[in-house]
Amino acid sequence: MTTVRIRFSKTGKVRFTSHRDVARIWERALRRAEIEVAYSEGFSPHPKLHFGLALSTSYESLGEYLDIDLVDGVHLDLDTLPERFAPALPVGFEVQTAAVLEPGTESLQALVTSCSWWVEVADVTLDQLSDAVDRALAADEIVVTRQRKGRDVTDDLRPYLIGLRAAGPTERGAWFEAELGTQPRSLRPAELVAALGDGWTEGRVCRTHQWIVHDNARREPLPWADLPEPLLPAWSPSGLLAEARAS
Amino acid sequence: MSSLWPQLEPLLARVSKPARYIGCEDGAQAPSHDPALVGWLLAYPDTYEIGLPNQGLQILYEILNERPDAVAERTYAPWADLEELLRRHHLPLFSVDTHRPAPEFDLMAFNLSAELTYTNVLNCLDLAGIPVRAEHRSAEHPLVGAGGHCTYNPEPLADFLDFVVLGDGEEAVGDITEVVRDWKASGRTPGSREGVLHALARVPGVYVPSMYDVEYDGADLRGITPRYADVPELIEKRTIADLADWPYPRNQLVPLTEVVHDRLNVEVFRGCTRGCRFCQAGMITRPVRERPFEQVRSMVADGLKRTGYDEVALTSLSTADFSGIQDVVSGVVQDPTNGGRISVSLPSLRVDAFTVGIAGSIGKARRTGLTFAPEAGTWRMRQVINKLIREEDLYGAVRSAYSEGWRRMKLYFLTGLPSETDVDTLGIAELARNCVEIGKEYHGKPSITVSVGGFVPKPFTPFQWFGQNTEVELRRKVDLLRTDLRHDRGVQLKWHDPAATVAEGLMSRGDRRLGVVIEDVWRHGGVFQEWSEFFDLKLWTDALERHGISLDWYTYRHRTEDEVLPWDHLSAGLHKDFLWEEWRNALAEVGLPDCRWTPCYDCGACTGYGIEHVVASAVAPAGGSQGTAQDLDTGGAVPVTLLPRGPAAAAVASSRPTAPGDLS
Repeated sequence: MTTVRIRFSKTGKVRFTSHRDVARIWERALRRAEIEVAYSEGFSPHPKLHFGLALSTSYESLGEYLDIDLVDGVHLDLDTLPERFAPALPVGFEVQTAAVLEPGTESLQALVTSCSWWVEVADVTLDQLSDAVDRALAADEIVVTRQRKGRDVTDDLRPYLIGLRAAGPTERGAWFEAELGTQPRSLRPAELVAALGDGWTEGRVCRTHQWIVHDNARREPLPWADLPEPLLPAWSPSGLLAEARAS
Repeated sequence: MSSLWPQLEPLLARVSKPARYIGCEDGAQAPSHDPALVGWLLAYPDTYEIGLPNQGLQILYEILNERPDAVAERTYAPWADLEELLRRHHLPLFSVDTHRPAPEFDLMAFNLSAELTYTNVLNCLDLAGIPVRAEHRSAEHPLVGAGGHCTYNPEPLADFLDFVVLGDGEEAVGDITEVVRDWKASGRTPGSREGVLHALARVPGVYVPSMYDVEYDGADLRGITPRYADVPELIEKRTIADLADWPYPRNQLVPLTEVVHDRLNVEVFRGCTRGCRFCQAGMITRPVRERPFEQVRSMVADGLKRTGYDEVALTSLSTADFSGIQDVVSGVVQDPTNGGRISVSLPSLRVDAFTVGIAGSIGKARRTGLTFAPEAGTWRMRQVINKLIREEDLYGAVRSAYSEGWRRMKLYFLTGLPSETDVDTLGIAELARNCVEIGKEYHGKPSITVSVGGFVPKPFTPFQWFGQNTEVELRRKVDLLRTDLRHDRGVQLKWHDPAATVAEGLMSRGDRRLGVVIEDVWRHGGVFQEWSEFFDLKLWTDALERHGISLDWYTYRHRTEDEVLPWDHLSAGLHKDFLWEEWRNALAEVGLPDCRWTPCYDCGACTGYGIEHVVASAVAPAGGSQGTAQDLDTGGAVPVTLLPRGPAAAAVASSRPTAPGDLS
């Protein structure tokens, strides 16, 4: 059986669709693009699709992944795949690149160790954000209490903070870049923002990369060379995303 | 272009299911507005999940956007969390297509499918910044209209609607567009609203409540009469003669988020003449107009390819009656290009037309849910309501389904029907138990879900004179069933809240005097009344009390033959004496056959408008229609236009025992 890994983006209005919505959108898109997907056996067969780490509703992404099991013996022309999917997917979903997986590759959920993010914090100044970032980086631990299955649990977020940098002002606040760990659990940008400042809330959020460790080196499951360096002096989320798409 | 998107975007991150408000569906349009074009905002007064699949709204959306002089967008009732944010930020209701503010449209047209959405209509108008009462609007405000089945008695909403369309909207929306276009061209000057309403009142099928005076005699209604000589005394519904001319929706909307009926829907025929006496849809949508077999086939094939859906529903009021239904179903299921993964659902199935063949075909891919609607528990009761299916028909259908691998089925019943006794009510439990017993011959744990709804008499049906069962009586009947079924593990009983049935019944046959009640309920926070978590009968009874209006009089009272009904100035073509005769037939337990396959009994729906049934087969399909006396030779002229012989017609013709010689 052949498994094809697709890297795609989710930007603009469609960021308000949920993880479940995205799964349904892909199932329809694969039928529209007439890709011969393998189906499970049983009473209610469903297409064999494997998504990576769920992206929260209303977050955008330049680095989402989907693994598709193909019907045995089917050959897919990977170079033309982005064009093939373009008319089948809603505006805002774009296939960037695809590759055939080596047999025995582990699932994305197991492999991904961290994600990079652009995160806007609403209604703060860049100075306030910079101070909070410095404090967080200097701290030995960042203990938060959260609800899990109806019980309060305390958690130290500090080990998940792999990288953090205040980046610039935005129209509605300021933004930072972060690389956040995903093992054993994913630290969500919203949790981090709430820990950075009392009552702080996130504005626009975009996942830019997912990272795996391979041969002791950090790399992307499928690199996309066209992704620009996100180090722009002032991040207007929409402007940067437009630039990323245009390249 | 005027778009609220920049203001809405930060709010959407804070509400539940924000994908309901983004549009972006495949098939969605982003029309360019222009002062010369008539802008329609098509509104469904319930959530996006409920409203998006509505086929009527989607059909009009396409037809209007195809016109050179109109543009149409859509809106749905925002959930309470977004409503609160919109009000707090002083933002109006908006279209989901281009997020254009509602007040910038020329018309706001509601689909009215259920009485319990009426308070949402008021809430949507208020959110749109439009005065809820028609009398308070001026030339700057959009015109507010409505269509859909509930408009056959629009009187409870008469204070709030500028106009109402009766019947099929496909042609009427064009006529309305032209009137509004002229109004815009004339500058929409102050004081011109009365003029455009007067012009709309002269469009066939359009009713403008403010152009009519209502006279009362004490509590009784004396009449509703036009205020101008050139406004019709009787407003006749619109009917499209041939569904083949309207292959819509061509581009069914494919939502990005979960909705009800999330599948391709292809309407295979409109209208139904089975003549079930409780069924408003079957009375007001006559005659039967079948879509040609080949058109159905291509709409299904093209639709599946375009949308990527893996399920198609063949919709109508009784889909198994479609000529050649089995060929359509097996054609889809056996089509090699879709890999055998497409399932077909037939939402309205009569048990007497459900055969092993159909069961086998639709079960090929994925087994969709199977619902049968015997409607009543005993043969006597089914004669009263003219749903002439025998117990053997039900058991045969259930057996077909079990033998083809189904384990669970749903049976739908009404309670509170005219002349219903406890024997009839308990007959529901008996039927369900017997179905489970049949299932045990095939599977270990068969299960039957019995769904019971309280009967609400509707305008333009033979039961329009019947006093609805009280809430107490409906609860007693539900309790009878609960007690009787308490030890039956295989039967799950579900029932519609009798309190909600009462509120529905109040508005179903209400008159203009209920406007204050609807407004009162809305002002006291009564929105989303069809959602059990929001419905509160006390809101309604309190409002009735405040305005000195009697629930008994409107809901529970039997009407007499000579009573003037609030919808007597409207017409679905049906003769009132036909309906009355059918009411007498019901009480005498006399059935009436389907006129599609037997002689015309002149209900008025065809003869009044010079139209006829359009069906491909002159006999009941799918192995006949047991129990309806349709197989009896009744002779006489049949008002049927035979479609050009397609493969389906030919297939049926070859199996026909005797060719009716008098068919044209």
